[in-house]
Amino acid sequence: MLDSKIPKGPLADKWSKHKNDINLVNPANKRLIDVIVVGTGLAGSSAAASLAELGYNVKSLCFQDSPRRAHSIAAQGGINAAKNYQNDGDSVYRLFYDTVKGGDYRSREANVYRLAEVSANIIDQCVAQGVPFAREYDGLLDNRSFGGVLVSRTFYAKGQTGQQLLLGAYSALSRQISKGKVNMLNRHEMMDIVKIDGKARGIIARNLITGEIERHSAHAVVLCTGGYGNVFYLSTNAMGSNVSAAWRAHKKGSFFANTSFTQIHPTCIPVSGHYQSKLTLMSESLRNDGRIWVPKNIEDVIAIREGKKRPTELSEEERDYYLERRYPAFGNLVPRDVASRAAKERCDAGFGVNKTGQAVYLDFSSAFFRYGKTEALTRGIKDASQAEILEMGRAVVKSKYGNLFDMYKQITAENPYETPMMIYPAVHYTMGGLWVDYNLMTTVPGLFAAGEANFSDHGANRLGASALMQGLADGYFVLPYTIGDYLSDDIRTGEISTDRPEFVEAEKNVKSQIAALINNKGDVPVDDFHRRLGLIMWNKCGMSRNEKALKEAIKEIQELRQEFYARVSIPGSSNDFNPELDKAMRVGDFLELGESMCLDALARDESCGGHFREEFQTEDGEALRDDLNYKFVSAWECKGVPSDAKLHKEDLVYENIELKQRSYK
Amino acid sequence: MNITLKVWRQKGPNSLGKMETHPMSNVSEDMSFLEMMDVLNDKLIREGNEPIAFDHDCREGICGSCSMFINGEAHGPGRNVTTCQLHMRSFKDGETIHVEPWRSAAFPVIKDLAVDRSAFDRIIQSGGYVSVNTSGSTQDANAIPIPKHDADEAFDSATCIGCGACVATCKNSSAMLFVSAKVSQLSLLPQGKPEKKERVIRMVDQMDLEGFGNCTNTGACEVECPKGISITNIARMNREFLSSNLTSK
Repeated sequence: MLDSKIPKGPLADKWSKHKNDINLVNPANKRLIDVIVVGTGLAGSSAAASLAELGYNVKSLCFQDSPRRAHSIAAQGGINAAKNYQNDGDSVYRLFYDTVKGGDYRSREANVYRLAEVSANIIDQCVAQGVPFAREYDGLLDNRSFGGVLVSRTFYAKGQTGQQLLLGAYSALSRQISKGKVNMLNRHEMMDIVKIDGKARGIIARNLITGEIERHSAHAVVLCTGGYGNVFYLSTNAMGSNVSAAWRAHKKGSFFANTSFTQIHPTCIPVSGHYQSKLTLMSESLRNDGRIWVPKNIEDVIAIREGKKRPTELSEEERDYYLERRYPAFGNLVPRDVASRAAKERCDAGFGVNKTGQAVYLDFSSAFFRYGKTEALTRGIKDASQAEILEMGRAVVKSKYGNLFDMYKQITAENPYETPMMIYPAVHYTMGGLWVDYNLMTTVPGLFAAGEANFSDHGANRLGASALMQGLADGYFVLPYTIGDYLSDDIRTGEISTDRPEFVEAEKNVKSQIAALINNKGDVPVDDFHRRLGLIMWNKCGMSRNEKALKEAIKEIQELRQEFYARVSIPGSSNDFNPELDKAMRVGDFLELGESMCLDALARDESCGGHFREEFQTEDGEALRDDLNYKFVSAWECKGVPSDAKLHKEDLVYENIELKQRSYK
Repeated sequence: MNITLKVWRQKGPNSLGKMETHPMSNVSEDMSFLEMMDVLNDKLIREGNEPIAFDHDCREGICGSCSMFINGEAHGPGRNVTTCQLHMRSFKDGETIHVEPWRSAAFPVIKDLAVDRSAFDRIIQSGGYVSVNTSGSTQDANAIPIPKHDADEAFDSATCIGCGACVATCKNSSAMLFVSAKVSQLSLLPQGKPEKKERVIRMVDQMDLEGFGNCTNTGACEVECPKGISITNIARMNREFLSSNLTSK
């Protein structure tokens, strides 16, 4: 039933052949076709700009006050591309292979290969737009390494790569807005998809300033609405990041895939108190130079927690560099899921180094000395003292990661140049998302999903610096082709009237949902429910999962959802700027999504990537996959409430890669 | 710690606003300023009152949404921080803290502390880009080497997050720091050079159209900019604006 529409032929030729085979829309006809793009992150901005350049009439929405603020902006470390500028053996195939392996063999070969194939073009495109990537003294682009790979293929702009890439895409979008080819609606949120004759033909949106409900029609709708890590309340996502657009699409017929595949990022600043609203990531690039450890002896752990000892007083022999110990080949650069679980394992065993017992050290002292020595020699100082070496080394590290160190200091009031950073894993990214075929179309014709909002490229675990790559690949280079194939049937359709009964009906439903929330005579603020949902998810559907806990979580979430609709309190009116109402709508959807994630996790009796079921692990605690029974994408069809959803399976076919136990030892 | 908050409340763009006083007790020093606001809003909602509206999103100092004028300073005390990265440890026990929105005719208040900064978007739309299509067949990224110094300088200008602190803090409500940062980034890079003359003229025209004031070189913007953007960008823009006007056809 699920047709992934993967083109026939050898892997390396699929995309070129597909591009040659698909239908095109001639330039004059493109002017007759409207496309709505929801979201303005990397995928959304790049898609809206590219589609407008091609000639389509584009309407673009974002809930933020400017498209430039979408959460892609916060990505720190970098973007992968198979340029092989370092001559270290990189290639399209190797990037493809690393991504499939990193995803623990739960992604589609053809999609991932296409991603690797267009990756090099992304860098060319961004440089042409004026993205100021880091460069070497020879004027050429610099690279760094990220987790799960053995080459240096990550391009970066200090610790602000996402910002620079997004501003590049935003500038392309702005150019099209100025030409009138994109109608940009800031502070607008999508409320529902409108289907006519089974096809997506528009959306209902809400103006977040006036509260007005609006109808927007189009020949196709593209959702670039990001991930749903905020279902955990505490995550590295922005406060406004939400699942609502994707979830409403799901309820209108789009299947939701691998719902429970969540990435828990190993290096985030630990939780400090109950009032905490979000967690801050410390870029994975820090693992290039930082070494992760906890004390070897429990006595030292206790002394450190009580403030009687400082981490810097511990000798090398008294430290347990557990990643280097367990994974000698990849060391501190194992993939994120592996690094996160290893931190949890040490902390669960009682070796956590802060008061809550949920933190490990990320230590730069060896990097200070290593860089310091090189720097001293480059400057011709042969007899530098330890203190001088340390100072020079700190300066080198500062030039590489200065803004991250500053951010750490700002949040924790500790100086990471003098004492190791304390870090702990936090929810960061969701590999799951709307099911799409090779053309990035969901199971609803005319409804596309790109970027983190779809499920397609990262399997059960995403490698670092690949999210930016996928967002831009989808928006700049994939969607502009594949959407044309679909729209070639629409050249005679003409403008779609928003007076059609389908629009009237959808608008009525949205209005009654809003009215029910705003008129509820409750006594509990929205955030209260969101926090409680987050806690259930983190404890029972987080870094490790088991059948019993998942079943409990499902019941608890169902109860919480009932309580939410009975007791939520939303001040103000629906015809006004009312952020509490915006939040309530989003949390209502999270309360359904959370249950679906638990159901998905429960249906997968294996461990793979970020999905770790305690019942399924090897003797040394690694994820134990079951390729015989679970080598599929789970795609859920909405049948009303989450517990009634129907599971469809897309079998993953591996023609080019041999399935292996993933090993980073 | 205990503090007293005096917060600007304004129902809408055309309503009159006023300061409202809220005493707060047991505030943790480790809270961020916005988390303290969350706690206050939670209390207001539970008491049946409307919470204080303010813009915020990433809460890690990069999206540029948050925008509070605290004790007479954009983003409050401390240098190189946004409001979301400001922590309560920067304040004293018993302190009275004044919180206002960005004040500028070009940034009308939407509600309470949230303002409309779409003027910045329109300035970028007027020319803050390189006119290159996303064809995917531009030349290889390493075809034009860019001296590291130029690339680094362009990067420093490009770190602007578009928050508007420069405008809020300027006595003239000038947007010169914002505009000049984008002008500089693009004119320092070879990719931006072909359009540099038209760009600066168009962006400055739009800036004037939006009602931002002129620059009188007080340098306040540079001090309050959370990303430490330097006013040398303004000097560069002035130079380019002048030479473009003198030499354009």
